[in-house]
Amino acid sequence: MAVLEARHLSVDIPTEDGVIHAVRDVSFALEAGELFGIAGESGSGKSVLTQAILGLLPNATVTGEVLFEGRNLLGLKPAELQSIRGSRIGMIFQDPMSSLHPYYTVGSQITEMIHAHEKVDKAVARRRAVDLLARVGISEADRRFDSFPHQFSGGMRQRVMIAMALILNPPLVIADEPTTALDVTVQAQIVALLDEMRRERGTTVVMITHDLGLLSSIADHVMVMYAGRRMELGPSAPLFAAPAHPYTAGLLASSPANYEAGAELVPIPGRPPSLLETPRGCVFAPRCASALPRCTTEAPPLRVFSDGLQSLCWLEGPPADAAASVAAIAKAPAADEIVVKAEGVRLTYGGGSLFNPGAGFEVLKGIDLELHRGETLGLVGESGCGKSTFARVLAGLIPMTHGKVSLLGRDLGSLDGRAWQAMRREVQLVFQNPFGALNPRRRVGAIIGDPYRIHGLAGGAERKREVQRLMELVGLNPEHYNRFPSEFSGGQRQRIGIARALALNPSLIIYDEPVSALDVSIQAQVLNLMRSLQRDLDLTYLFISHDLAVVRHVCDRIAVMQAGQIVELAEAETLYRAPQHPYTRTLLAASVTTPPRHSAAGRTLVSSNVVEAA
Amino acid sequence: MIRYLFGRVAFGALILLTLSMFVFFLFFVAPGDPARMVAGDKATETQLIQIRTNLGLDRPIHEQYLSFLGKAVTGDLGFSYRNQQPVAKLIFNRLPATLSLVVGGVLVWLAVGIPIGIMSARHPGGVRDRLGQGFILIGLSFPTFVLGMMSLYLFYFLPRQSGFMLFPAGGFKPFLPNPAIWAWHLVLPWTTLALTTAAVYARLTRGQMLEVMGEDYIRTARAKGLSERKVVWKHGMRATLTPLATQLGADIALLLGGAIVIEQVYGLQGVGALAVQAVANQDRPIIIGVVLLGGLFIVVANIIVDIAYVLLDPRVR
Ligand SMILES: Nc1ncnc2c1ncn2[C@@H]1O[C@H](COP(=O)(O)OP(=O)(O)O)[C@@H](O)[C@H]1O
Ligand code: SF4
Ligand SMILES: [Mg+2]
Repeated sequence: MAVLEARHLSVDIPTEDGVIHAVRDVSFALEAGELFGIAGESGSGKSVLTQAILGLLPNATVTGEVLFEGRNLLGLKPAELQSIRGSRIGMIFQDPMSSLHPYYTVGSQITEMIHAHEKVDKAVARRRAVDLLARVGISEADRRFDSFPHQFSGGMRQRVMIAMALILNPPLVIADEPTTALDVTVQAQIVALLDEMRRERGTTVVMITHDLGLLSSIADHVMVMYAGRRMELGPSAPLFAAPAHPYTAGLLASSPANYEAGAELVPIPGRPPSLLETPRGCVFAPRCASALPRCTTEAPPLRVFSDGLQSLCWLEGPPADAAASVAAIAKAPAADEIVVKAEGVRLTYGGGSLFNPGAGFEVLKGIDLELHRGETLGLVGESGCGKSTFARVLAGLIPMTHGKVSLLGRDLGSLDGRAWQAMRREVQLVFQNPFGALNPRRRVGAIIGDPYRIHGLAGGAERKREVQRLMELVGLNPEHYNRFPSEFSGGQRQRIGIARALALNPSLIIYDEPVSALDVSIQAQVLNLMRSLQRDLDLTYLFISHDLAVVRHVCDRIAVMQAGQIVELAEAETLYRAPQHPYTRTLLAASVTTPPRHSAAGRTLVSSNVVEAA
Repeated sequence: MIRYLFGRVAFGALILLTLSMFVFFLFFVAPGDPARMVAGDKATETQLIQIRTNLGLDRPIHEQYLSFLGKAVTGDLGFSYRNQQPVAKLIFNRLPATLSLVVGGVLVWLAVGIPIGIMSARHPGGVRDRLGQGFILIGLSFPTFVLGMMSLYLFYFLPRQSGFMLFPAGGFKPFLPNPAIWAWHLVLPWTTLALTTAAVYARLTRGQMLEVMGEDYIRTARAKGLSERKVVWKHGMRATLTPLATQLGADIALLLGGAIVIEQVYGLQGVGALAVQAVANQDRPIIIGVVLLGGLFIVVANIIVDIAYVLLDPRVR
């Protein structure tokens, strides 16, 4: 019997710009005890869908039916809904940093929930919370009960969120991107914990994620959403091995988790549509590689296949395998010329001050590294291990405590002011956050032109010409010269950052988590751009990331960093095939990959229903 | 925490010290002969010299300041030039009126401003929000002085003409023996003093609350199955009020300025009125005393607010 069944669920959210049709006619059913995955690019309506089920969207208009324990959740009075929230359906939210109240202790936030639903003694509630906190891996739970959220790391907070969702033992738990904000190793622990708890308690879990590798390894059924619609639904195995819908196929092809050595990632071109209007035909048509003429004019039917897959698409057979159509591109081997050489770089924060000498915190503990012209060196490790600090030292943004960095054979420490200025141009940084790194009040042309301004090069019309050339180079429309960053998407902003870095022909570009904030489909576009620029301009990259799949895809050599030290350095493939250091093995074990693709042999079309235009 | 407190107190003391120096020297260089003020116009030159010696005005200025400071910390602020009474006693006699006005004013201002802000924020765009916004607009657009005159006219003069006493026109009655009489006399001054700042706080609270209610942890609170009342009044309020507590410290000075005006309008014999008279009479010891007292009040209020902030926000503990 289905634990929860949604029928023809639609959600409209009124905004200043008009009504956003965030969810359109979505139906699905959850089997007791299963793990049901929901995937799709950000903005496809996954969060809105699950929050609408529990009435957590105050302004939204929700239509359809959601049956849970014999009742339609959408028709319940506020008090009835409150009694279900938390006690019958638990929720885990994406960002554990902001989802816990900063002014209350973590323990009280859990017991508050017990008291809201049960008449129990304070001491009993506390004991239950402490037990569960210990169970989800919070050490010294009794003491930590009284800690505040800011005293916990991201992973620990997410454990608290999980404990909170499970404390009343609800039959259904909805986890909205529970691991997105966390390090890979922590991600793996959190997912394992969720999986364990669900098996132990027989809980049904809905897991929203854009990590397809993860879903393929734990989900029983998967629903793929795009622009508020249910594009594909079916059992996990056939869906990942041979997706019936071109969108699912596109997501898989663009995911670096789906690795084939040397192959180019295949991005889905373009980006998700506006949800303000409803197109006549298929919403995915403008980006679809398999689109047929009728796709743009007629709403696609629901195809049901023999292996259980349901696809909202005109195609009757499997979509073209985009990945197979792109030939692997050989890369020129790196030259012998050494661009940057770091020797024994050490950095201590805080210490050595007049008042507490020696009480510093050593972030970098002696790092030796060489980068050759034309290569990409990956630097991986958990957050806080010193990756970004090292990048800033290389770029000359912060002074090191000990050691030597030479750039193009010249020791940075021995340079005078002017030579130093000149060398500064040779190293450029591109940051992770495409939203935070650009000044929102400056025009894109001015932002990209910054390096020319700072170094007093090319002015006026010449600078504009240069900037437009750069915009063209990174795939931005040069006519958008006068726009503001807010008018660009995440992927485009990252292109702006790259264009700015390219301006002065640097010898080395350091990318600090350049694609972590982007969706896989967009990630692939940016990663491919980086690769083609490197090929054409003979650039040298230092690529910092915590995502091993991405690093493996773009890097020639990989350095693994742990607590301020490089514990392993090897050719990318060697490192993957035969990791030496135990920490490397932990990192590798934590990153999951999708199963290999199969053909859809044996699949037949069972039925095909025309869906009424929503 | 102790260290933090100590730092705050030390900083407050430093501020007061600087303030005392500033006013002292300011009045020292101001024109006018204090001895003549004490003695009156008919005094002879010998009398003046005598008085100067008595007041210590013939000593070098830094000596005068040090002796003034030494006495000030023991509560001795010198004597009024006008009537030779101790300044400390003059101020002390006026304190009950001013304290009643200021403390009551703060309470009214918070008790009116915060609930109106919350009511507004609960249903943005609704009828209650528009009422709240109307209040904010009115409160912000009238100067305290005009408000005082208007409320005197509406709540004292008009009822008085039709033969009954809704509220008295002012005057201060001590708290004991009858607190009701005390409060009755202060209702108009309190509301007048509090209205403008209450409007400011209503607006602050509204904005803060709207922002807080959009936070992820509010969604979490709802998802836990808490009643909407608890979500708003516990989780929402807690995060809304903490930043307001800091704002409060900054606004105490504003309040003291307002109190001076109100004391004039309602004829309250408070410290503010004393200061106004002293300025008119050029009675320097009183002015210096009042300024220092005001400074002390602001410093202490800020220390209390700082402590409250630390207690309220676990992240800065
Ligand atoms: N509170 C809201 N008000 C207006 N629009 C919203 C709101 N929440 C989400 N949306 C919009 O609804 C769409 C779906 O968003 P969401 O469900 O968060 O996507 P996902 O979880 O798949 O990333 C997006 O276009 C988003 O901008
Ligand atoms: S209906 Fe057409 S455009 Fe839409 S996904 Fe299928 S093939 Fe592509
Ligand atoms: Mg989401």
